[in-house]
Amino acid sequence: MRVELIKRPQQSALFSAVSPFIALGLTLIAGAIMFSLLGKNPLDALYYYFIDPLTGIWDPFNRWQLHELAIKAAPLILIAVGLSVCFLSNNWNIGAEGQFVAGAMAGSMIPVLFPEFHSWIVLPLMLIMGMAGGAAYASIPAFLKVRFNTNEILTSLMLVYVAQLFNDWLVRGPWRNPEGFSFPGTVRFHEYAILPQIWPDAGRAHWGFIFALIAAVAVWFMLSKTVKGFEVKVLGQSPRAGRFAGFSASRMVFFAFLISGALAGLAGISEVAGPVEHLNEKISIGYGFTAIIVAFLGRLNPLGIVAAGLILALTYLGGEAAQISLQVSDKTVRAFQGMLLFFVLASDTLIHYRIRLVASPAAKPAELAATEAAGNV
Amino acid sequence: MKKSLLSIAAAAAVLSLGTFAAEAKVKACFVYVGPIGDFGWTYQHHQGALEMQEALGGESEVELAYLESVPEGADAERAIERFARSGCNIIFTTSFGYMDATNAVAGKFPDIKFEHATGYKREHPNVSTYNSRFHEGRYVQGVIAASISEAGVAGYIASFPIPEVVMGINAFVLGAQSVNPDFKVKVVWANTWFDPGKEADAAKALIDQGVDVITQHTDSTAPMQVAAERGIKAFGQASDMIKFGPETQLTSIIDDWGHYYTERVKAVIDGTWEQVDVWEGMAEEHVVMAEYTNMPDDVKAKAADIEAKIKSGEFDPFTGPVNKQDGSAWLAEGEVAEAGVLLGMNFYVEGVDDQLPQ
Amino acid sequence: MFEQIIITIATAATPLLIAAIGELVVERSGVLNLGVEGMMIMGAVAGFAAAFTTGSPWLGLAAAICAGALFSLLFAFLTLTLVTNQVATGLALTLLGLGLSGMLGETFTGQPGVKLPLIYIPVLTELPLVGRLLFGQDPVFYLSLLLTGAVAWFLFRTRAGLTLRSVGDNHGSAHALGINVIRIRYLAVMFGGACAGAAGGYLSLLYTTQWIESMTAGRGWIALALVVFASWRPWRVLAGAYLFGAVSIGQLHAQALGIKIPSQFLSALPYLATIVVLVLISRNRRLTMINTPASLGRPFVPDR
Repeated sequence: MRVELIKRPQQSALFSAVSPFIALGLTLIAGAIMFSLLGKNPLDALYYYFIDPLTGIWDPFNRWQLHELAIKAAPLILIAVGLSVCFLSNNWNIGAEGQFVAGAMAGSMIPVLFPEFHSWIVLPLMLIMGMAGGAAYASIPAFLKVRFNTNEILTSLMLVYVAQLFNDWLVRGPWRNPEGFSFPGTVRFHEYAILPQIWPDAGRAHWGFIFALIAAVAVWFMLSKTVKGFEVKVLGQSPRAGRFAGFSASRMVFFAFLISGALAGLAGISEVAGPVEHLNEKISIGYGFTAIIVAFLGRLNPLGIVAAGLILALTYLGGEAAQISLQVSDKTVRAFQGMLLFFVLASDTLIHYRIRLVASPAAKPAELAATEAAGNV
Repeated sequence: MKKSLLSIAAAAAVLSLGTFAAEAKVKACFVYVGPIGDFGWTYQHHQGALEMQEALGGESEVELAYLESVPEGADAERAIERFARSGCNIIFTTSFGYMDATNAVAGKFPDIKFEHATGYKREHPNVSTYNSRFHEGRYVQGVIAASISEAGVAGYIASFPIPEVVMGINAFVLGAQSVNPDFKVKVVWANTWFDPGKEADAAKALIDQGVDVITQHTDSTAPMQVAAERGIKAFGQASDMIKFGPETQLTSIIDDWGHYYTERVKAVIDGTWEQVDVWEGMAEEHVVMAEYTNMPDDVKAKAADIEAKIKSGEFDPFTGPVNKQDGSAWLAEGEVAEAGVLLGMNFYVEGVDDQLPQ
Repeated sequence: MFEQIIITIATAATPLLIAAIGELVVERSGVLNLGVEGMMIMGAVAGFAAAFTTGSPWLGLAAAICAGALFSLLFAFLTLTLVTNQVATGLALTLLGLGLSGMLGETFTGQPGVKLPLIYIPVLTELPLVGRLLFGQDPVFYLSLLLTGAVAWFLFRTRAGLTLRSVGDNHGSAHALGINVIRIRYLAVMFGGACAGAAGGYLSLLYTTQWIESMTAGRGWIALALVVFASWRPWRVLAGAYLFGAVSIGQLHAQALGIKIPSQFLSALPYLATIVVLVLISRNRRLTMINTPASLGRPFVPDR
């Protein structure tokens, strides 16, 4: 018995629509099995994971959780939207975490180095510098790829560690809060350097979430309605065809890296100027890596990414609720996220292929040349 | 808070949030920075929590809840707020990075008591801070190290240059110099609290440079294992690590939070809780030395003697004359360092063979 | 002292070398598996658990190898049978591995493990200077060198190796020649998984003889970097692994000697060094093109 794939003449509209739900269903089933094995009531566990954080929709007492959901989802969506441009154009930027930190550091320069500078212009400047910092940091792997043909997966990843260590040095050394008893971390930002909350009475969600939504819509528009978006996809699917069409692959490398770097940088400064309110060595907790999952979970579509970011954020909040209420280990969160991504990827196969189970190995006609699968990237 | 499946379905309509299965007198909640199985910092806090529950009459009296591995950024405030909203009466936040988040949530929930470990901000009357005088144990370690070392050099695996760690290095050096004024300490900053591989490599590097005693201010047991393999002696950290080096561990500084937790939760039950800023050490048994092992009896006696003196208050590790690293005077003869200076310590005393990262 | 330092470097380099050699074979077959970290950590937890329960470090090592290979099957099924995106699937494998191993290993944290013994050959091991170095290291160290040689021989001196490389270079023509592309890739991925598992087992059975959540601490990623760094040549992987080991151990020695550079900068050295060497190696476009498996990361579906 083996599995055989038959390419569909065109993408299946049906499966495009239902495959995310198939994936979610399979994840729930696998999750239920996992919780049963851990000796927990699977329905209770799934309730805490996926429903409890959302009870705020109808229950004002829990409304704060929706704000927390937005806070957690904002950086994931921002970064993943940028990554979608990279991945669609076949640029494997997996160092968004480093660009996130670079943006946080660049944007923090104003409140840290000029703490007396109080003006309404401080915040916009910080956001711009955050984006510039992230973009500049992302331009390093882009430059190395274009100029020296260096593999961007590895350079961008190595640069993550470098950015984290540099930030660590900054907040323990030159930028350390002089009144902070030598503990790492900069001074607390003044009020002009803090991102306002959207709806302060109900919770602490800040403007970072609005930025994420704007970025998602803007990039979605760019990808689906403009020539540039067409260029991104053509160069991603077939660099040769792209060249014939007169598109420059090198310029695309920079374009993709600068956009994703800028958005990761914006996420970084929004996190620092939003809920954290100062720069410290703990800001980097892996948003840049989780965003890769979010990007694929949203199938590299910026609007899908918004939903995916919210779902991922839900697993964090739900994981906490389950930990408190059922003493489920916090490790289940990562296992859950891994499974979810597996099932999403596997279900997407249905969009491009029909799956057939064959009883015995089929004869392999050697004269039939294999063709490249168009690929679902 | 136990919720039946039926109420899940009903929740949408009724907004009922379930009922307590057993009405415990008090709910104590803990926010941990690492996994409870780290065998170091978080493990000891969790042991303290369990000890507290036991001492106050078990599950029927005290309900215990905890969250592991809570990051110290934007997530901390959510975790603490979740506890505040889930019926906790007292919330312990056990890492420095939770300081701002603890105070922020405390402002919103004035009826709930908050206890923050190792911080210095108490912005609301319902926030206390607590910490231990670990450096007292470090001084004893220094005395032991200088007494048994043949090379006259000890290796120190440090995590991050925060006051507590710097204070520990200084206390260790002062203790060692009280035995051998020429004693040297080599410091390696691992830049991590917990990375067994890196800590092991740091231990090996130090041993290869000729140290024959190792102490660590990082949390894993890896350096102890390396010392055991290489046949030198080492000190444990945070918990008793004798299992990992039965013939290696000289002693270990054990963080014992159980007393404090019991006292504070009891105060909540009795209605006598008040804001405090606690910094206690060996005398109050917040810092406990593991059994002195693998050393000659005269060294054991010497260690026990200095431990007793610190306990009785007869002696303080930071008693003058002490010079700073550059030779300038810090403490005059008989002068004892002020707590405020120690808690913000960012300089070495004379005799440390390292440059403090600034 | 230098003898000891070199042994320390060898200990740091061995897990990187084993995992990277495995990944090299996978990539030579045209598959990019970014899940090395996940397979490694599964190997580490399985190895520790088996050794701890049975008391035999050898069974532990065997369990680590099996766990890595089994876990890689998941990746193989998704990317080869269901042709999912390899980059994303590899990342999912890493995530799942880190989460699952944490759950499986919870009962083993804080337990001293069982250590793989060092080799001891009378007389030879006691030779001055070179004795420990050549004849007194751990068995996996020798295995890693053998493995490097064996893979180099297999890839470039055997027919099967040629077949594997042809699958990686052009799966279309390989298929046309009647080669079962999918089967070869399955085997290659499982070999890579077994190697990553062994590397993980090395960490929990020898490097630091204990089980701790996330104890691989990014070594899987370094192994991936080494493969590109080595431009897909086995002996260069060996050189790269030892270079990386030397830089990471060297920065600790620099600190212990009291060299006055912020420790963060020293800690960043291995990563910067990797980038610099990657640039130096890949700038020669033609040379890289010759060695890079042309079908790397591209999905393959047999046409019918």
